[in-house]
Amino acid sequence: MTDGLADTVETNVTETVGAADAGEAQPVGLGTRLKDLAARMRLPGLIILPIVVFLLSLTLGRYQVSLGELFVLFGSKLGLTDATVSESVSTVILNVRLPRIIAAMLIGAGLAISGGAYQGMFRNPLVSPDILGASAGAGFGAALGIMLSKGILLTQLLAMGFGLIAVLVTYTLAGRLRRGDPTLFLVLTGILVGTVFTSLISILKVLADPYDKLPAITFWLMGSLAAVNRQDILLLMGPMVVGGAALLAVRWHLNPLSFGEEEAQAMGSETGKLRVIVIGGCTLMTASAVSVAGIVGWVGLIIPHLARGLVGPDYGRLLPVSAVIGAVYLLLVDDLARLAGPLELPLGILTALIGAPFFIFLLARTRRAWA
Amino acid sequence: MILELRDLACGYGRRTVLSHVDLAISPGENLCLLGPNGVGKTTLFRTILGAIEPMAGEVLVDGRSILGQSRRERARLMAYVPQAHTAPFPFRVLDVVLTGRTAHIPLTSTPSHHDEEVARSALERMDIAKLADRPYTELSGGERQLVLIARALAQEPRVLIMDEPSSHLDFGNQSRLLGLIKALVHERDLAVLMSSHFPNHAFACATTAGLIKDGRLVSLGAPGDVLTEASLEEIYGIPVRILRGDPATDPHLKVCAARSG
Repeated sequence: MTDGLADTVETNVTETVGAADAGEAQPVGLGTRLKDLAARMRLPGLIILPIVVFLLSLTLGRYQVSLGELFVLFGSKLGLTDATVSESVSTVILNVRLPRIIAAMLIGAGLAISGGAYQGMFRNPLVSPDILGASAGAGFGAALGIMLSKGILLTQLLAMGFGLIAVLVTYTLAGRLRRGDPTLFLVLTGILVGTVFTSLISILKVLADPYDKLPAITFWLMGSLAAVNRQDILLLMGPMVVGGAALLAVRWHLNPLSFGEEEAQAMGSETGKLRVIVIGGCTLMTASAVSVAGIVGWVGLIIPHLARGLVGPDYGRLLPVSAVIGAVYLLLVDDLARLAGPLELPLGILTALIGAPFFIFLLARTRRAWA
Repeated sequence: MILELRDLACGYGRRTVLSHVDLAISPGENLCLLGPNGVGKTTLFRTILGAIEPMAGEVLVDGRSILGQSRRERARLMAYVPQAHTAPFPFRVLDVVLTGRTAHIPLTSTPSHHDEEVARSALERMDIAKLADRPYTELSGGERQLVLIARALAQEPRVLIMDEPSSHLDFGNQSRLLGLIKALVHERDLAVLMSSHFPNHAFACATTAGLIKDGRLVSLGAPGDVLTEASLEEIYGIPVRILRGDPATDPHLKVCAARSG
């Protein structure tokens, strides 16, 4: 579980050591060799880390499951072994933990990719995936669904639908109002549309039954993966895979786009097409994340920065690495949410509590690069 | 000829900034536009690049109107060197130069080995190969300008449009850059359209000079014919003297200086 973190820390430590070595003019110092090692371990680390965290998370919980039992369970499911595990282990792992863990990883990866892509498109490192109103719209859809009480599926579909509608309104309005730089108008109208949907959520809260619906809406908006089941994974998988694949496919072209509309066009970038792909992909992923987990903030903002610290700002590497780190990060935070206290903690509150101070730390470290 | 402007008018909204611009540039030619601040040089460049639509007239590249060309096609013919700027992220210099390959890289691809070779050789041509792994954001204004020119070369264009390419450079680097531009025009058979605030830059590297005043291209021709004491005095509103080099040692040297009184 701590492999990757150790990897990160090691990189930092060896960089400092490497710098000291350079001063002493040693041709191949220990620091340099360690630095080389850290650089070479980066790729394997990024592959091994999510697997390790995934397996450990499966074993963690109030109902103890050993790694051995886990392997036997998977082995028997794949027809590799005749041994079996108890019914309760199988239920806990396959129906409870596995869906939740997959949801955490998908949402973490999706939000991190969205945030990273938007930061490039809007040329601003402080942008997060909800900049165009996707989260506010989806939150409104979810609140509306809870008010209607026609079942969880309708609530989720309404959340996703209103997330898409909110961004569509933003995009259309920005296109109508646009003078010059289109991204500026997208941000401005995104703030407006987000505010309108946040107000609409408040209206629903005022109208909601304070003993039943109001707490349900409030807890939904705080974000949680506690109730995730297999059906949610089906709902989440499609938009996440489509949106994620689209963004990863065009990822390199975010490099020229981050130099601004006009300059990118002069270099031959099809900026209009690219923007539609980026906004479409990010909205699919963000809205589906909210529809399953409620509003989980800060992941899309901080993970791309962490990834930039590891592999630099080139989008060719940045987006895939953001996806991996985002998946691992949200899974770890969700493990904390379900294990830290006697009660389940809301995930969205934890990501904010961890994210905000961490972001200040990142700001202090990378300030120079943004100037 | 490779770039041709026919009776072009450009501006923003209803405000016309420049009108009746006719000019043509052939490969191997370098046209330097001069004119006071705010006269519309950048507006003209943006119109040629297709960032704003012409209010009248046509821009032809390789004999075809740019309005009928895709951004990709246009970018393979024409590259733009903006004034040195900052990037929002600390990209490596090589990554910045690679963005010049955008028009050659399909939307769902990443740069190939060939793209990287082209980018590296552009850096070498500009004599800044050693900067390849440095963060762009940590470079000096002059180094950034060289990187942006390398990026334009990596685009492998036939026309190069440069907005005051030497404005961020010190005296020595200005002179070096102008020499480099002159060599590149020759070597790659490029057509260059550039702007400058200094008549000396036109003397140093241009084959043609154009003067812009009051929304018109008022004269166009060999730098020696167009940039005279009388024309420069009229354009800039100050007394000007043009000094010639020693016929024995520097027969082609011409320097323009503001005269006191």
